[in-house]
Amino acid sequence: MLDSKVPAGPLAEKWSKHKFDMKLVNPANKRKFTIIVVGTGLAGASAAASLAELGYNVKTFCYQDSPRRAHSIAAQGGINAAKNYQNDGDSVFRLFYDTIKGGDYRAREANVYRLAEVSVNIIDQCVAQGVPFAREYGGLLDNRSFGGSQVSRTFYARGQTGQQLLLGAYSALNRQIHKGKVKSYTRHEMLDLVKIDGQARGIITRDLVTGKIESHEGHAVLLCTGGYGNVFFLSTNAMGCNVTASWRAHKRGAFFANPCYTQIHPTCIPVTGDHQSKLTLMSESLRNDGRVWVPKTKELAAKLRKGELTPADIKEDDRDYFLERKYPSFGNLVPRDVASRNAKEMVDEGRGVGKTGVAVYLDFAEAISRMGEDTVRAKYGNLFDMYAKITDENPYKQPMRIYPAVHYTMGGVWVDYNLMTTVPGLYCLGEANFSDHGANRLGASALMQGLSDGYFVIPYTVGDYLANLGSFAPVDKNHPAFEQTRKEVEDHVNKLLALRGTKTVDDIHKELGHIMWEYCGMARTAEGLTKAKGLIQDLKKEFWTNANVLGENEEMNMSLEKAGRVADFLELGELMIDDALNRSESCGGHFRLESQTEEGEAKRNDEEFTYVAAWEYKGENQPEVLHKEELIFENVKLTQRSYK
Amino acid sequence: MSNLMNLTLKVWRQKNDKSTGQFVTIQAKDIADDMSFLEMLDIVNDDLTRKGEDPIYFDHDCREGICGMCSLVINGRPHGPMEGTTTCQLHMRSFHDGQTIVIEPWRAAAFPVLKDLAVDRTAFDRIQQAGGYVNINTGGVPDANTIAIPKVIADEAFESATCIGCGACVAACKNASAMLFVSAKVSQFALLPQGQTERYERAQAMVDQMDAEGFGNCTNTGACEAECPVGIKLTNIARLNREYLGAKIFSQRDVHA
Repeated sequence: MLDSKVPAGPLAEKWSKHKFDMKLVNPANKRKFTIIVVGTGLAGASAAASLAELGYNVKTFCYQDSPRRAHSIAAQGGINAAKNYQNDGDSVFRLFYDTIKGGDYRAREANVYRLAEVSVNIIDQCVAQGVPFAREYGGLLDNRSFGGSQVSRTFYARGQTGQQLLLGAYSALNRQIHKGKVKSYTRHEMLDLVKIDGQARGIITRDLVTGKIESHEGHAVLLCTGGYGNVFFLSTNAMGCNVTASWRAHKRGAFFANPCYTQIHPTCIPVTGDHQSKLTLMSESLRNDGRVWVPKTKELAAKLRKGELTPADIKEDDRDYFLERKYPSFGNLVPRDVASRNAKEMVDEGRGVGKTGVAVYLDFAEAISRMGEDTVRAKYGNLFDMYAKITDENPYKQPMRIYPAVHYTMGGVWVDYNLMTTVPGLYCLGEANFSDHGANRLGASALMQGLSDGYFVIPYTVGDYLANLGSFAPVDKNHPAFEQTRKEVEDHVNKLLALRGTKTVDDIHKELGHIMWEYCGMARTAEGLTKAKGLIQDLKKEFWTNANVLGENEEMNMSLEKAGRVADFLELGELMIDDALNRSESCGGHFRLESQTEEGEAKRNDEEFTYVAAWEYKGENQPEVLHKEELIFENVKLTQRSYK
Repeated sequence: MSNLMNLTLKVWRQKNDKSTGQFVTIQAKDIADDMSFLEMLDIVNDDLTRKGEDPIYFDHDCREGICGMCSLVINGRPHGPMEGTTTCQLHMRSFHDGQTIVIEPWRAAAFPVLKDLAVDRTAFDRIQQAGGYVNINTGGVPDANTIAIPKVIADEAFESATCIGCGACVAACKNASAMLFVSAKVSQFALLPQGQTERYERAQAMVDQMDAEGFGNCTNTGACEAECPVGIKLTNIARLNREYLGAKIFSQRDVHA
């Protein structure tokens, strides 16, 4: 059984008590420590800035050309905080409760409570940085509502909240770079973790411009490297998002938890063809005013697909607003997993729309008649523009076509309450860890978690670890572990560069994506997953015998960059299948067809599965070993989720 | 169904920052008009890869028009022919069958070419590091609603804050000036109460860094505004000039110290 190190005591007092109980590093000693931060999104940038402010020396690494490019920047809708500025009954406990319930009771109570507790500090911090959140005419902050909640607690900056929050964290990071407390390495990719005497002591990176393989030493390593949604090839992630840093750390001893928990976001622009490189999300906030529907009959849907009818031709009586019909109390604002599965159900019934038939409508006609086009434009203008650019359709005049797409991964590197992985000194923050969202993440919670981990959790917990090291000595960069790990990375790179087969790395990545989407996507079965495992094993063999990787190491080489990432995705894909097979219940985004209620909702099996599945790597082609962390619920009662 | 087209690309190829580059002609076949411009390049690269040739290196990441990583001067225009659009959001329906498309990297002394179409934009980061922030630490800040900001001011600051840092303004400018980029950040903070305490020092420090990086002087022609994919306005530059003048008169400390 894994020890989550959750402090004892009442839920609401755990974090305060723990902050007092943890050891401190005195200011003069902080500058003797170096902390490595990998990834510069919300979690990484906020952690790096906050740690440097405290006096630690920090090194940051990102694969992009600037820390500001991290994919947090693309988050649209908003960030939750239990401020209760709207006087509508919100509280820390309610945000905690909504998040636990939204995650289908598969998250750790203490972590989620802490997240809700510090959510209020995040908003204060960001406003002080000059983040231009939306405001009311009276000058105070505006809120909107989001899926899975009945209060308005979401702070936003038009449809660009992630951009504004990241630029805030980036500004704090820049301030520390200017002061010399942070050294920023851009266009660098982490390729391995260096351990000395079992502790994380550094990383190996590749300079993506020169190809130089470098060692970097530090007293602690923070992985803030985002999610692994690109294992599906098509997702709403940026093109470069990858699992490599987490995966290589996993192979060095960091357990990987709940990899099968992936979030399929309901409102994305549908796939149009094989050439497609990525999918584009339309913010969930659109469901505040947009109404989701398909025609009531297959015949009408067929005519729409052929272009014989337009959406405007479908009479009100012939439309099925299926979310409003099935979930009268939450309506179009049901959580993401529920909305996604229902869209799939409509398409599977033959009532899908658009040329491909793999889409449902998101209609703003009612909102436009109620509020006027100008108000709708003010609220969602940039999203409507983006939709128009991609589809060449005007969403003010006709309903948007939407369909679910892979968006977020709740699973990730296992961490304890202190955000430390199973490797001492190695931490994992933000989407890259598994900790706060259970089996389904609610909207506007990812930004909250990234910033909570970075601004308000890690500055305390990493200090406790460093204070307990018992030494202020610099990490010995001449230790043989650095040379040994660097050599292994070089061998891996050379092995990839020796591949001179007939398939491109993209060919293999696309095949992997098809397998994952088909068998480990919105609906999963034991039979399908078993088949997928074989397919992935074959594909992995094909990759290592028949992939084609061009060029050499000592140059900017995107063929090599992709190959390294896809090699890791192939291994992760297999673990996701193992995890999905093991978890024969349905919960949140993990829907096993064998386990559903009479109404077709996800049916949990709390007797057997109220645990975190944390997997231990055992070597090349060896089955991973399952460790369980029991989830203990003392403050909420486990119920069948209902949004009716 | 989508229409297919064949195109002739004249692409800047350059091995690395030390070599000299040249235009290379490449044919792009069977390109669908609903593809994005970068998906067209993906297909060209896929072709090159299958032939064992080095694919064209270009910067890109989010492909949603927000990260600012993509660039490209397309037929002489940064981010191509469509207004208010990044290259990743530009679609092939803006082109026609048989067309020749010239694709170049950003051209500016402060943005050296790294390979093919990718340039080094770290100068932008260094300008932000010089002063693009409010000097506060994590924690110890007042409740968010203790600062009331008139909606019109907040909205204007937001407009300035939406700069994606792509560098199109520099690429569009005859002098490769970074004034629009710098002014957007200076404006955001000059407008907001949070930015008041350091407004003049900030303007001075960021302008000094901009000059040190080798960006040119403002031409006042407005090419930057015309090519900006997110609509950052020239009024920001006017405000930067006022802030800079203010810095000369009112600055409380020597920012070079």
